[in-house]
Amino acid sequence: MVRERLEDLLRERRMVFDPEAELARAESDEQRPVATAPGPSVLETRNLEVYYGHFQALRSVSLAIAARQITAIIGPSGCGKSTLLRCFNRMNDMIPSFRAAGEVLFEGRNIYERAMDVVDVRRRIGMVFQKPNPFPKPVYENVAFGARINGYEGRLDEIVERALRQAALWDEVKDKLRHNALALSGGQQQRLCIARALAIEPEVILMDEPCSALDPVATLKIEDLMRELARDYTIVIVTHNMQQAARVSDWTAVMMMADDRAGEMVELGATREVFTNPRDKRTEDYITGRFG
Amino acid sequence: MTRTAFEHQLSEIQEDMLVMAGMVETAIERGIEALKTRNVDLARQVIADDLSINRKRYETEEKCLELIATQQPLASDLRTIVSVLHITVDLERMGDHAEGIAKIALMLADQPPVKSHVDIARMAEIAAGMLMDSLEAFKRRDTALARAVCNRDDEVDALYDQVYRELLTDMINDPGTIEQAAHLSWVTHNLERIADRVTNICERVVYLVDGRIEELNISKY
Repeated sequence: MVRERLEDLLRERRMVFDPEAELARAESDEQRPVATAPGPSVLETRNLEVYYGHFQALRSVSLAIAARQITAIIGPSGCGKSTLLRCFNRMNDMIPSFRAAGEVLFEGRNIYERAMDVVDVRRRIGMVFQKPNPFPKPVYENVAFGARINGYEGRLDEIVERALRQAALWDEVKDKLRHNALALSGGQQQRLCIARALAIEPEVILMDEPCSALDPVATLKIEDLMRELARDYTIVIVTHNMQQAARVSDWTAVMMMADDRAGEMVELGATREVFTNPRDKRTEDYITGRFG
Repeated sequence: MTRTAFEHQLSEIQEDMLVMAGMVETAIERGIEALKTRNVDLARQVIADDLSINRKRYETEEKCLELIATQQPLASDLRTIVSVLHITVDLERMGDHAEGIAKIALMLADQPPVKSHVDIARMAEIAAGMLMDSLEAFKRRDTALARAVCNRDDEVDALYDQVYRELLTDMINDPGTIEQAAHLSWVTHNLERIADRVTNICERVVYLVDGRIEELNISKY
């Protein structure tokens, strides 16, 4: 249903623009693309600006993340992809010089509001990192960990099994639940980290280069898993691997570095459009390998 | 970052395609010439040359597939390769039509030329001109030229109708011409098909430039 609606919208227009942002852009003289994926969105940034001390890492990033779809963020090194991803669940808060302006809306509410419960945000917006980072504990404890610290008192066994099944890992580890997670292969460890994120039933999963430390077979397993998970979860993935973005995502956001090295959003479009007929010359140059 | 080797291979497949187009143009011209002048040797040469056209098509296809498999082309690079793949198929078929004309030239070699040859030659001239202009549009990435070329397909269609009527009249007036006229109507059919395939090339030019697949000319036949 959602897909059909998106297709309809796409036939009419490549992008649906946010009227307010368009107005703001018309008022300022700068031609800055403001991209919004059609359909219902769960996460949205509005004129997001990020600074690390005096260095501006993101400039006026406005984009919407479509619900229960996979959005890939691509762009050259240092263009702010990971910074943007980490803004979605306030992971940048740990960096002392970090400062953000603008809004990051999660279900309509700015997660950078003072009253916002950061722990709750991170529970609902989970994250998987570049290198698998399981706890040096048994497989079972890795998955049960989130539920335990959230004070869950139900049947942990069920939660662990469900999460491991969702992460397509159950069959491989059901006899090794008490083994140390560090004994698993890299691909299994990464799926365990995905299971750990799923166990607390988040709504969004952020993935920062989730396959860069994995071999091609493990990579394809994770990609299959992502397609499977996108039925129930909204996924945002940062990747250097353009072919991965092309294979796995529904939407692709392209970021670039401006002359002052601040990251900017160049284009957001349906993945097949971005990779076959991009609107922006910079996207074309980047994806065809003629960048820089 | 540059992709020198890739750029080189990308221009190579386009050059191959243009060479192939030149071979097809020659085949059309020679086929008609052989028909007009009852030149058996020339007709045989067109038939033999068609093998080279076919070989060129497969060579180019191999190169395109290698690029796709090894270079992961995207955006306009991908559209270029896909266009070359499609256009070379069209060119190869046009070559077959030219070969068909040459075969008819062989069959009619011992019969006297007829008046309809003038209009048939005119059809061939327009079709070959359209072919070369469509490739010029490809080289220049010129969609306006591509569209203009498509419009000329109507002229070919009009001549097709006209020659058909002439041949029919000949057949009614002199049943002795039936065999030759029937064969000549096949020649015009081949030429009409060639012009129609040129419009496919023009559609690929639009796709290459705009990324849109658009039907530019709906043939009457």
